[in-house]
Amino acid sequence: MMDGSKFDDAQTGEQKIRNFNINFGPQHPAAHGVLRLVLELDGEIVERCDPHIGLLHRGTEKLMESRTYLQNLPYFDRLDYVAPMNQEHAWCLAIEKLTGVEVPRRGSLIRVLYSEIGRILNHLLNVTTQAMDVGALTPPLWGFEEREKLMVFYERACGARLHAAYFRPGGVHQDIPDDLLDDIDLWAMEFPKVLADIDGLLTENRIFKQRNCDIGVVTEQEILEYGFSGVMVRGSGMAWDLRRAQPYECYDEFDFQIPVGKNGDCYDRYLVRMEEMRQSLSIIRQAIVKLREATGDVIARGKLSPPKRGDMKTSMESLIHHFKLYTEGFHVPAGEVYAAVEAPKGEFGVYLVADGSNKPYRSKIRAPGFLHLQAMDHVAKGHQLADVAAIIGTMDVVFGEIDR
Amino acid sequence: MTEALQELGTQIAAKRPDCVLSWDVAYDELNVDVAPANIAGLVEFLKTDSNCRFSSLVDITAVDYPERGKRFEVVYHFLSMYRNQRIRLRVSIREDDMVPSIVAVHPSANWFEREVFDMFGILFSGHPDLRRILTDYGFRGYPLRKDFPTTGYTEVRYDEAEKRVVYEPVNLVQEYRQFDFMSPWEGAEYILPGDEKQEG
Repeated sequence: MMDGSKFDDAQTGEQKIRNFNINFGPQHPAAHGVLRLVLELDGEIVERCDPHIGLLHRGTEKLMESRTYLQNLPYFDRLDYVAPMNQEHAWCLAIEKLTGVEVPRRGSLIRVLYSEIGRILNHLLNVTTQAMDVGALTPPLWGFEEREKLMVFYERACGARLHAAYFRPGGVHQDIPDDLLDDIDLWAMEFPKVLADIDGLLTENRIFKQRNCDIGVVTEQEILEYGFSGVMVRGSGMAWDLRRAQPYECYDEFDFQIPVGKNGDCYDRYLVRMEEMRQSLSIIRQAIVKLREATGDVIARGKLSPPKRGDMKTSMESLIHHFKLYTEGFHVPAGEVYAAVEAPKGEFGVYLVADGSNKPYRSKIRAPGFLHLQAMDHVAKGHQLADVAAIIGTMDVVFGEIDR
Repeated sequence: MTEALQELGTQIAAKRPDCVLSWDVAYDELNVDVAPANIAGLVEFLKTDSNCRFSSLVDITAVDYPERGKRFEVVYHFLSMYRNQRIRLRVSIREDDMVPSIVAVHPSANWFEREVFDMFGILFSGHPDLRRILTDYGFRGYPLRKDFPTTGYTEVRYDEAEKRVVYEPVNLVQEYRQFDFMSPWEGAEYILPGDEKQEG
């Protein structure tokens, strides 16, 4: 019995060794939301990885077709809910491109300021939770403390911590007070120390490096084949950043560096994200300096924006305009445009087809995470099961934007 | 910017006259209308030609124009990170037409084509795995077509007796509200009581 004579069938082939299929998610904490992966494993090695998405599909694009342009704006907060204002930015840019509205300087600077706050919000969450995926618990606790402070800045500007609806076609909704600028400046002084703390926890950490170095390597060829953008590109040594390559808003007058990685693995992407936070911080400081000088309106007054409160009390036309703006909404001339921003996760774009009415005829949301996740099968193949969590983390997927 | 795109458009039209039906530059963007049969060839050309180098696929989507004979317009966006330029290709097709898949040229087209199939019901010939992607398992209909109601046809709830999620026809407590705020001078068609007498 125990001499092994019973196990001849393994040699004769009667007993087959077959691959093991497992469901990863949708309720796995490392699945970053509602990702369901069907993994085919040979031992611990991933042979095939089939992402099943759509569990958070809300039909945003369909809903947008029956709402006015302004009513559609808050949907963008709900796409990538980690950095809401960056998404709104793309929508506003698309409308401004079609209507030809110029954003006043102060409004433009506030947009840059809050876009960069959004970038730090996103990278803080991504870097720290990716560390959690590979076994560190402290970084998310420290990172979320800073995120909380940034959300207070969101709240002080627009009244909402998360779903801001602050960027409006033509500028931003309301001006920000001077003491808010002081507080952001103060925070920007203190933040490098927190960043250094997280840096000290992770960068030279042996376990963190073992889990991330040489994992999920992406080459230049793969970037092009799979349509990557954002940090997924820069981590592999290509200095591609829409803020620099195709400047929108007033990014061309800011001084910042584009960090790039060398090896294109998870660790390099972590380093790039850390450095991008420092660069964003520098942009925030510059924006504050510029904002102190730039006084004036924050939104282009005209058809797209509401009249001033004072005007409404005295002028009948303003009152009518206000009423029509918030019921009928403004009309956008017929045409089609594609507007993209360098969102923290990569190129976030909006393809807008307008038919001249007050509602978009069709709007397609191009989310960077959609393409990154698509390459999951390619990138994760041949890695161990435990590396799948690290790769999902580094791809920076958020299901609000992937499933739409 | 616009001049460079004009030049690019002229070049592409000159080099591939069989593919390009027409082209124009609007809002600083280059639009090219392409014949459905030649899309894969043109995409391959755009990827390899040294003046174009549109090596990244940005997006594939479709737009539904029910009133047109060629009902759907499939729209491709490409980006060249080397030449720093963008292009948009448009392919008009009938409801029962198939579009050649470009997965062989751009592997990233895989999910985009699945999404267009899922949302519009447009078939891509030569696609390796044309399954639904965003909608529910076993979903029927094509949600982004203009004739698909925003509410959909089915709703789900957990059934305590059967101990599972069950599908039922949509039953709204209140009629789905589509407000029409267009002013009566443009677009909106109001049928006022008494209007029908004019007909007779």
